[in-house]
Amino acid sequence: MAENKPIPLEFEKPLEVLSEQITRLEQQLVSHPELEADIEKLQEQYSKLKKSLYSNLKSIDHLAIARHPQRPYTRDYLERWDPNWLELHGDRKGSDDQAMVCGLVRFDDELRCLVVGTQKGRDLRAKQRCNFGMPQPEGYRKALRLFHHAEKFGIPIVTLIDTPGAYPGLEAEEHNQAQAIAVNLLELSGLTVPVISVVTGEGGSGGALAIGVTNRILMLEHSVYSVISPEGCASILWRSSEKVLEAAEAMRITAREILALGVIDGVIEEPLGGAHHDMDMAAANVKAALTRELKSLLALSPAEIRKDRQNKYRKIGAFVEAN
Amino acid sequence: MAMDLKDWFSNRRKRRERENLVPKQPLSNEEYCALWKQCFQCREMLYARDLRHNLHVCPKCQYHFRIGAEERIEQIADPDSFVEIDQKMDSADPLEFVDTDAYSKRQKQAQKKSGLYEAVLTGTCRINGHDAALGVMDFAFFGGSMGSVVGEKVTRLIEKAIEEHIPLIIVSSSGGARMQEGILSLMQLAKTSSALKDLSDAGLLYISILSEPTFGGVTASFAMLGDIIIAERGARVGFAGRRVIEQTIRQKLPADFQTAEYLLKHGQVDMVLDRLQIKETLANMIQFHQPLVEDPNRAFSKNGRSKVGSRTKK
Repeated sequence: MAENKPIPLEFEKPLEVLSEQITRLEQQLVSHPELEADIEKLQEQYSKLKKSLYSNLKSIDHLAIARHPQRPYTRDYLERWDPNWLELHGDRKGSDDQAMVCGLVRFDDELRCLVVGTQKGRDLRAKQRCNFGMPQPEGYRKALRLFHHAEKFGIPIVTLIDTPGAYPGLEAEEHNQAQAIAVNLLELSGLTVPVISVVTGEGGSGGALAIGVTNRILMLEHSVYSVISPEGCASILWRSSEKVLEAAEAMRITAREILALGVIDGVIEEPLGGAHHDMDMAAANVKAALTRELKSLLALSPAEIRKDRQNKYRKIGAFVEAN
Repeated sequence: MAMDLKDWFSNRRKRRERENLVPKQPLSNEEYCALWKQCFQCREMLYARDLRHNLHVCPKCQYHFRIGAEERIEQIADPDSFVEIDQKMDSADPLEFVDTDAYSKRQKQAQKKSGLYEAVLTGTCRINGHDAALGVMDFAFFGGSMGSVVGEKVTRLIEKAIEEHIPLIIVSSSGGARMQEGILSLMQLAKTSSALKDLSDAGLLYISILSEPTFGGVTASFAMLGDIIIAERGARVGFAGRRVIEQTIRQKLPADFQTAEYLLKHGQVDMVLDRLQIKETLANMIQFHQPLVEDPNRAFSKNGRSKVGSRTKK
């Protein structure tokens, strides 16, 4: 289908040029059979370039892939994991934030879970409905309601994180989004069911962490996770919005770098070029990783599960003590 | 009187001549500033010693000057009762972060300039005789930002409160998480909140005081998790700052946006207090929340750990 063809990113432009050349030559192949050798040569070049391009990505390229408009979102994963998944709505306090999707999902006969994830929109109307993936405080409270639901019935929780962050708006402040996030951090720490989070796209600061205090944190290969957006960091520390590249590198926002810092527990491989090149495969990879981690956590007792999670965060930090 | 009037005049002349031999230096700028301060709000000139005596609140217009952690501790803790813990802790600069300058160098500069080791002081103290764990942030050090050290010190303070079974008080003042430690700073939100879950389960009182200014990662974690939350008069508190909101979504914001009174109006804090009321109120609240009779089934038993298990078990 034409509309499903991945939109090329800036750094993918050389690939695009090559691929266009190949198609042009292929069209002439019928009248000019001697072109066959040239095409083959170009195709070889193409696959070589593709490999080297994707194995030498800069932080800023990962960021571009993580924000790709065709990247799979929470609903895309849910549909592929369980076509019969049941969506649950509302914070019971007057709101149903569309940027936070919650549902009951069966992985297989033995494995069920509550999935809570941020949701971005594909077209303009959906984008606005989902507030570009930025939940309001009500979204975090909706998530919290369902965390408690899962705790009550002993259902493991999976959270999918893809959000630029909390929403910098008047209403969000009036409705106390700082408190909404803080309470989620506190309550997630105390749960006795296994909780696993997967950063599928952008892990934007406090808004991401609000559903990210979990026994295991996994990140997709091209996803990013940071304390502030590289744009925000550049404008504050470099006093220039053009230093995004430097800020992205300095903050170490990519999955591999964060794994090396010991904050996350694993990186999930994506199809070549990013999850949007093959959503089915991306969804299957995430499901496989989740199944593995959930099964290992389910072997622990409820008290051990809570302790495991609290210990994980207790250890994070880099400091030296003088006497 | 033995001395007649003529002598008195001549003595006075001599004394004046003597004094004039040592001409007085005019006050240097710094000396002058150390002695006098101008109120930022009403422009009144205030004698520094009086101002200090009035807890750095302008006696004329009640403007609350921003104060450092050490002064805050002096104002809250009983004299000489504060015992600091984890005094010397440095960030290990895990990212080897460099922007226009190296983070490690900026840290050294901040330490020199502020006379502080990090952006929070923690310890135990007495407040009108009541034992408490007290943490005070200082905006003068890296904008009071929370990195690994602040996160660790606050977490250890919470653990100390649990261990000693005493109430916890944290005075916040912070621009948010420290960008220079990247994702590790963000995780300190989780670490401190997780420790507060244990404190809460132990049935211990936590009073959070929000002082000018408290934003970002600190409000999105321990500052907003108090059983009781007090905003100091003149404090501005929020998650995203006014400028960020105006720049990103170009929304018109009310004049009193994110002020202490605004927070009270929107149900985000229990009360707004003048600085001069804080100590008394803290002591009063600590006393109020103590159990009247020792109840063995509650978590408040004096010796050792709480009996949390029976309360949280499902």
